[in-house]
Amino acid sequence: MMNQRPLSPFLLYRFMYTMALSFAHRLTGLALSVGSLLLVYAVFALSGDSVRFEHARVFFGHWAVQAVICALAVCFFYHLSNGVRHLLWDIGWGFEKVQARRSGWFVVVSTLALSALTVWLAVRAGSLS
Amino acid sequence: MTTSHPHGTGHWLLQRLSAVLLLPLGLWLGYVLVTRVDLSRAAWLAFVAAPWHAGALIVFLLALLLHSELGVQVIIEDYVSQGGRERTLQALNQAAHLVAGVIGVFAILHIAMRAAA
Repeated sequence: MMNQRPLSPFLLYRFMYTMALSFAHRLTGLALSVGSLLLVYAVFALSGDSVRFEHARVFFGHWAVQAVICALAVCFFYHLSNGVRHLLWDIGWGFEKVQARRSGWFVVVSTLALSALTVWLAVRAGSLS
Repeated sequence: MTTSHPHGTGHWLLQRLSAVLLLPLGLWLGYVLVTRVDLSRAAWLAFVAAPWHAGALIVFLLALLLHSELGVQVIIEDYVSQGGRERTLQALNQAAHLVAGVIGVFAILHIAMRAAA
């Protein structure tokens, strides 16, 4: 009986970068779950008096928090791009190995493009100055 | 064998429905945050209090927290063996998302209603 139990995939499969992409979907999702608390804190602070708002302004202005937010933005763009890939799989598109690998690269390119677009928007809006 | 997916289909569907909502709303909120970071408190209050904005924010927050809760639930199912510890973590996951949702939605409603009053 024991011998017939299924093995974990990592004991069977040759490593492909698509596996790393798949695991990154979970990792970025988990990071965004924790990061969603920042959004809740932001609306909570805004709903209070001006003192609470100032606390939040100082908090969100801290370089460490800003670094975390930048990282979360990249996580969001990755999770979003790969999420679209998952939704396309759900409607039956892109299951062929070649397509799955190509769409994997597309996710990486899309993440970089959305990140670059964000930097451009931030610079244009003067948010970084 | 016990199953940890008594509501598998519902879980699958809710995860996708929330994803479809989060795609446009997340991009919208991201755009708003990047381009308006430096608004004053009054300007942010006015922005959030606008009915369409308040509504979109509430839908976004609920979809986000539902999507998040379902995702974390699966991660716990996959990496924590079934038993007391798994049940505790699942309960914590649900409680944390519920509390976050209640605080967030009440905060947005509070801002919108105070502006309307």
